[in-house]
Amino acid sequence: MTNNRLLPYLLIAPATVFLVLLFVVPLVQTIALAFMDNGVASLTNFRKMAGDLNFGLSIGNTFLLVLAVIPLQICMALVMAMMIQKLDKGRDLVLWIWIIPLGISDLAAGLVWLAILQDRGYFNTVLNMLGLVDGPVNWLSYEAPVSLFVGVVLAEVWRATAIVLVILVAGLQLIPKEYGEAAEIFGAGPWTRFRKITLPLLKPSIQSALILRTVLAFEVFAVVYALSGRNFPVLVGEAYAWQHVNQNNGVAAAYAILVMAISLAATVIYIRALRTPPEMQP
Amino acid sequence: MAGIRIDAIEKRFGAARALEQLTLDVEDGEFLALLGPSGCGKTTLLRIIAGLETQTSGRIFIGGRDVSALPPRERGLAMVFQNYAVFPHMTVYENVAFGLRMKGAADAEVKKQVERAAGLLHIEPYLERYPAKLSGGQRQRVAVARALAVQPAVLLMDEPLSNLDALLRLEMRSELKSVLNSSGTTTVYVTHDQTEAMGLADRIAVMHKGVIEQIDRPQALYERPATRFVGGFVGSPPMNFIDMPVKAGLARLGDFANPVSTGRDTITAGIRAEDIAVVERGGLPFDVMVCEPLGSTLLLTGRVAGQLARVAVRPDAVVAPGDRLNLEPSPGRIVWIDPANGKAIGQAA
Repeated sequence: MTNNRLLPYLLIAPATVFLVLLFVVPLVQTIALAFMDNGVASLTNFRKMAGDLNFGLSIGNTFLLVLAVIPLQICMALVMAMMIQKLDKGRDLVLWIWIIPLGISDLAAGLVWLAILQDRGYFNTVLNMLGLVDGPVNWLSYEAPVSLFVGVVLAEVWRATAIVLVILVAGLQLIPKEYGEAAEIFGAGPWTRFRKITLPLLKPSIQSALILRTVLAFEVFAVVYALSGRNFPVLVGEAYAWQHVNQNNGVAAAYAILVMAISLAATVIYIRALRTPPEMQP
Repeated sequence: MAGIRIDAIEKRFGAARALEQLTLDVEDGEFLALLGPSGCGKTTLLRIIAGLETQTSGRIFIGGRDVSALPPRERGLAMVFQNYAVFPHMTVYENVAFGLRMKGAADAEVKKQVERAAGLLHIEPYLERYPAKLSGGQRQRVAVARALAVQPAVLLMDEPLSNLDALLRLEMRSELKSVLNSSGTTTVYVTHDQTEAMGLADRIAVMHKGVIEQIDRPQALYERPATRFVGGFVGSPPMNFIDMPVKAGLARLGDFANPVSTGRDTITAGIRAEDIAVVERGGLPFDVMVCEPLGSTLLLTGRVAGQLARVAVRPDAVVAPGDRLNLEPSPGRIVWIDPANGKAIGQAA
């Protein structure tokens, strides 16, 4: 009896120990790092962070990126998921091709888009062939902030829409097809069915996708770093720079705490705003 | 109000034929049951009428209008689904109002029709609740109310009672019948439960392997099945089928003999369990194997010349397994069936 009661705890023990060692301990250490200066509690690191030239810029850029990328990704993934639902044959193949970017690391994805967008990249070659430009255009320079931003958005959308798609496709498959059929019988056209039936019933999946994607988008780094270096400062990029370039892990930890706080806040907002009351669940 | 004409409808899934050249007329205001075992094509036919499935060939007319190529919403019908398909994110009121809202009805009209439909199905107390808070039977009522609220010309029902428990099913069955009788809606009702079809329908179409075996009034279907399949599927217990050798125009087994008109040397006698009398001597020899007291009758299962048969006798009859009884089927109620093709043949007597 005693053995049986202990067994579940024994089985989850390895995962728990692993997470405590590699997640909780570093988290506590990071918090300590951020809020200490020479062994005393202090806000020096945060003051240093806020006083830095790139601080405001990196916050602005990160939010701008999140605001541009997330709605675009949700809309695209919704359209793609609805299209996949309509397929009879080849559905799995299309899904498989569409989620290939999931298997590519974000740094590699950044390098792919660098190869396309840099001075002598594929994009300029094509433009040159079409006679649209004379010589190489520097799309990713700090002097061209708009095209640099568009480049980063493109790479992020290309890289990370697939995870949203996977969540939404799974969610759509959970909705019994009779709901749509009943709506169709009772007079709803395709757009009305999508708005009044599919979208409300898909809300829990949209919520999960939004939380996951937003948290990851606030942590955006490698894609931006590959495309722009520090020409387009973002929060995690600044943490990296403070850690490795300025060798100040206190300020780097302060950035990490800030990113965590923003992510938590976003999650709480999504959970509140997109709540499905239990009585409205199927 | 409108009748339905199903004209040479055929449905193939790849090489498999789900429906073969099916033609069927449903009268205006009629209640027609499509009855058959699972996989017989009855749900496919219903979904083709609804427009949720496309026929391979053939046409559907509703109220004289060719709707074969129209989407479901333009066919002027309502449907009740097996799993209800009551929208979980809308209140009962909004569920019932859904069809009217889609038609762009004014709020006053919506309210009037929702209240009328809710009254018919006795769901007024739940109008502001969400379906998750309702029992299966209540959800079923919501689904029917949603269908009746739009005052459809045609109502399609796909096994609407099969998810309810036995007692509730019986209750809903009689209630459905009275509600639909008073509304006079043309109804096509799919079921695999022959009691349900018998109890509800004006006519029953018995389907088997994608064809309609027989279409008739319930009592006629029960008494005069056109095929062995119909006799075996309609009625509980199923009809007995006893093969008898034929000599000189007489089917003879044991001490039982009856004139028949067949060119074959064997004929199958289709006999209902209650159309058999136990007699002192003569008739068919019946070896009792099992006795089941069913309350209103005593059901005996046994063998006639090695062939399985069931006989319903008076509940107070004193019979035990191992007994041999003499059975006398009432000749006028026997259905003679050609064993080669399973079809009933004309009565000789």
